[in-house]
Amino acid sequence: MGELIYELGEGISGGGVLTVAMTGEFTMDADFPTSREVVRRIDSFGVSIECVLFKSRDIARWDSSILTFLKDVTGHCSSRGIAWDVASMPGGIQRLLDLASAVPEREGIRKKTGDASFLSSTGQAAMDIFHGTLEMLGFIGDAFIAFLRLILGRYKIRMKMFFPIVRECSVDALPIVSLISCLVGLILAFVGAVQLVMFGAQIYVASLVGIAMIRVMGAVMVGVIMAGRTGAAFAAQLGTMEVNEEIDALKTLGISPMEFLVMPRILALAFVMPLLCLYADLMGIMGGMAVGIFMLDLNFMEYYNMTKASVNLNSFWIGIFQSFVFGILVALAGCLRGMQCRRNASAVGEAATSAVVTGIVAIVIATAVITVVCNVLGI
Amino acid sequence: MDEFIKTGNPRITVENLTMAYGTSVIQKNLDFEINQGDIFIIMGGSGCGKSTLLRHLVGLHRPSMGRVIYRDPGFPGPVSFWDAPMETRRILMKNMGILYQSGALWSSMTLAENIALPLEQFTDLNARTIRELASLKLALVGLAGFEDYYPSEISGGMKKRAGLARALALDPDALFFDEPSAGLDPVSARLLDDLILEIRESLGATVVVVTHELASIFAIGNNCVFLDPVTKTMIASGDPGHLLESSRDQRVIDFLTRGEGRGS
Repeated sequence: MGELIYELGEGISGGGVLTVAMTGEFTMDADFPTSREVVRRIDSFGVSIECVLFKSRDIARWDSSILTFLKDVTGHCSSRGIAWDVASMPGGIQRLLDLASAVPEREGIRKKTGDASFLSSTGQAAMDIFHGTLEMLGFIGDAFIAFLRLILGRYKIRMKMFFPIVRECSVDALPIVSLISCLVGLILAFVGAVQLVMFGAQIYVASLVGIAMIRVMGAVMVGVIMAGRTGAAFAAQLGTMEVNEEIDALKTLGISPMEFLVMPRILALAFVMPLLCLYADLMGIMGGMAVGIFMLDLNFMEYYNMTKASVNLNSFWIGIFQSFVFGILVALAGCLRGMQCRRNASAVGEAATSAVVTGIVAIVIATAVITVVCNVLGI
Repeated sequence: MDEFIKTGNPRITVENLTMAYGTSVIQKNLDFEINQGDIFIIMGGSGCGKSTLLRHLVGLHRPSMGRVIYRDPGFPGPVSFWDAPMETRRILMKNMGILYQSGALWSSMTLAENIALPLEQFTDLNARTIRELASLKLALVGLAGFEDYYPSEISGGMKKRAGLARALALDPDALFFDEPSAGLDPVSARLLDDLILEIRESLGATVVVVTHELASIFAIGNNCVFLDPVTKTMIASGDPGHLLESSRDQRVIDFLTRGEGRGS
């Protein structure tokens, strides 16, 4: 508990001199009058006060809260032309108050924290989207030029870098690809079976699962898995390199990060994704087959023959082509976000998150475009 | 402003350079020359744009205004960096070795591979020769035997040394150091200073150092530029020892004497 005792005396020039004696505890968890109460009290005396004296009458404990209290009250006094004095407060308090006012605030240094108006924040958002798009297009263009330079033999991909990346995004990804695509096949079969059994047409589960997996689901599921797994990893790797100035170190040695870091990653993923897609197709069909055999009493040969009869080579190639495109998109998204990473640790996390989002959005858009184009071409 | 030293033969000339991030100007109207063989110090208080200036000097940032001109032994005349074609820029950058503040070693490669990469990229040497060269550079900085260590396995001081070894990989004739003594104990910092001097002596390289270590400034620097964060421009240049004796600018005197004044 902190208490204030007010004593009004007479000053030299006729005005009042208010002595505020402070007693008790003035700490964050103690209860003492707020600065506003004191200011109100100063105003309530009726006489014009020319000076406020703060005195310690046995202050038991104090901490920063007494400083903010005094700073507030004295600031208020100064603004009204009332003199004040803390000379009889404990020495530590005086010194800290002096220290806090030693370097005056520089003009115009304070940040504007108020909310921007609706119009300006909308405009800002639009500008951000515009710049983001420009940056993305620039990156894609750079990647394309780097690819052309590779074809023309201007530089070589270092195999010592390439193969670890290939392994990281193929063999290491197999368990999760197996699990997810097998379950997707299973789910497709279940959902289809419920309807088809009503017509006694459960054999068509094989067609449903086969076509769906091979034409789109295999590629899309692998794309999404790789966006979450490898796209994020790419962004985090490049982002960390940016934070550690490793990318600058490459640039200043005349090594283009695009050729040295981005190209191997794009090529690795573009090369591996069709293979993963093929594998996912197979796992998905096996998942569907499990449902067919154990729930719908189909036998293995029946299911196999039906799948073979209903899936055509066109669907297969479309699926493989899609996964190839997804590979490029996921790698581009990951590398773009990694290279855009700002220079702090939380930026790496943001880059990884944003790589996954960008990757998945790109996959969905590409799927839609490819599907429509195939439809128009009648494939 | 103290008089510019514009004598000797300049290796790098900075002309009316303005540096900015977006719309916020970091430094403006910078004009100075770095002579062949100088140990040139970029100094100034924290946050005044020293490292940013270094990044402009090595071609990592495009100036908002002004030019950075190099007289590279590989070219007959002066070359303005950002007006030159891409290939020229690469050659210019190849001739500059940079030690970054954190070392910036490529963390996925061993020390030997770190040093070998620039060699593999720019020379046709066979793997064995490159390996030998890498070992030599590591030995030069006192890291003999550390070829197969990864950057995460060595201490901060060793990382800086390894970073220096990498900067020396292509035998550049201009070396740039970003806060070489930051994060080092006084003895290691001193040893690094000695190493910088030693390398300058033996290679005849031009050295540019960003630092605010007074001990280093007076020990190694023979020319400098002083950046001021308030007026956002350079307020002094020349020999740091000379500046300490004869500068009339209070900010420079305060900096060089840790605010204690020149004494009597």
